[in-house]
Amino acid sequence: MAESVWVLGASMTKIARYPDKDVIDLASEAALNALDDGGVAMRDMQVMGMGNMFQAMAGLGQSVQQQIGQTGIPVYNVVSACATGAVAVRTVFLSIMAGEADMGIAIGAEQMGKMGLLGPGGSAKSEKNVYEPSGRYGSVIGAEGILGTTLMPGVFAQAGMEYAYEHDGVGFDQFAKVAEKNHAHSVLNPLAQYQKAFSFEEIKEARMIAYPNTLPMCCPSGDGAAAVVLVSDSKLKTLSKEQQRRAVKIGASVLTSDPYAERAQVQPDVNTLTRNAAKIAYEKAGIGPDELDLVELHDCFATAELLHYDNLGLCEPGGAGAFIDSGAPWRDGKTPVNVSGGLLSKGHPIGMTGAAGVFEITTQLRGEAGDRQIEGAKVGMAHVIGLGSSCAIHILEKAAA
Amino acid sequence: MTGIVRRMGKQIPIVDYLVLGDAPHLTAHECKECKALYFDRRNACAQCGARTFGSRDLATSGVVRSFSIIHQAAPGVPVPYVSSIVDLDGGGSVKANLTKVEPDPEHVTLGMKVGLATFVAGTDDDGTEAIAFAFEPVA
Ligand SMILES: [Zn+2]
Repeated sequence: MAESVWVLGASMTKIARYPDKDVIDLASEAALNALDDGGVAMRDMQVMGMGNMFQAMAGLGQSVQQQIGQTGIPVYNVVSACATGAVAVRTVFLSIMAGEADMGIAIGAEQMGKMGLLGPGGSAKSEKNVYEPSGRYGSVIGAEGILGTTLMPGVFAQAGMEYAYEHDGVGFDQFAKVAEKNHAHSVLNPLAQYQKAFSFEEIKEARMIAYPNTLPMCCPSGDGAAAVVLVSDSKLKTLSKEQQRRAVKIGASVLTSDPYAERAQVQPDVNTLTRNAAKIAYEKAGIGPDELDLVELHDCFATAELLHYDNLGLCEPGGAGAFIDSGAPWRDGKTPVNVSGGLLSKGHPIGMTGAAGVFEITTQLRGEAGDRQIEGAKVGMAHVIGLGSSCAIHILEKAAA
Repeated sequence: MTGIVRRMGKQIPIVDYLVLGDAPHLTAHECKECKALYFDRRNACAQCGARTFGSRDLATSGVVRSFSIIHQAAPGVPVPYVSSIVDLDGGGSVKANLTKVEPDPEHVTLGMKVGLATFVAGTDDDGTEAIAFAFEPVA
């Protein structure tokens, strides 16, 4: 069993719309760049984790290998909603920890095109329509919009409003400030899908999608891929000084699902599984939230980011509103959050996101983040939630000089 | 518990946990062991693993625990409308629309008291009405 696992190479494509490429192109580009970045090749890989949501039936890992190197290694094609990319990273992490591999590559890739956050809606039926109960709720017609909403904008709006119900000092303004911050951060990130700042007023006055989230408080859909090459302790010691210098240690890799909560059957609970994952991650890494120099967390909607300040212990219990009001999560604040621009502005190609978070933290800890660099960053966290639900947290640590 | 259609004349509930009649209300599967409540068909209890359930009628009054005012919806859904999570008095939480209230944050408030109401959500080719439920403000 490996003592610890390190990130040796990392890369991500710019998030954008790529109508002239397919998801194999995007995944291959990220994978090849991560291999080059780590100074290794496909023939050095002993395992592949491939995360993708929308083409998951196709065996994408194998398709990528057919483009960049078929060496017969095990491929794990994984799906876990918005946590997919992080689960791919953890799959490779586990293979190395188990001693089955000493080097492997994890890829998260997605091509969403112009797919919106809203579903396609019901299809018109031409046959005679007679109500018959079906499914686990004995439904006779689709209930979307009749018995509340199950679509993401409303679900995450409700998650935020639930926090507002339970805590003082949280409302539309605090949620809007989250979006103001992340859009401002994205201006410094050339890999972000959008690099445009919005004023607080512009965000509040923008088109309402699902109160309290206006359009710039909702993540866009886009295409992209990210990849990381992981290596065991002992293998890393055999590599060059330069490879060792740039390697970033995985202090914790944690995956949780949601424990039973009665209310979660009508409103997904994105809090408890995040709190559980954070507790385990801090224990494994042997650090506390105060020691994090930066955090990339799952801001699919502005409302979601606020909850996770509290869930991850970045603020006082119940103090997420005061935390954003104080400016603490801005890039010059106490705990910079989503300096990449976050999902709100960097973008959120579903299967890519979890791997992109690990890329961002790796790049920051290496001191290679360019204009968006957080000076002297030594420890960082990447957090994602996949509704359903899964929470993945990776804590990364800069190598001792 | 399953497969029983509570068809009332030419009306049918939109979901089987809505009971129609003189006093419309929601009913839940209740775990015999731990009393956890569920609206869906069950294989076992997610909290304790027990496999036997009874049924429990839920209160028709409660408070709004959370809401969102939906301005962009799936095709065919009129907007704006209010989606809400209601904690029912005496136990159980349910998701439903809030009606009889202006769909804006000045009128919809967290913690507001609401009561169950029913309405016709659709009619099939045999003239059977699908009856849905919503919550509306109560004094
Ligand atoms: Zn039980």
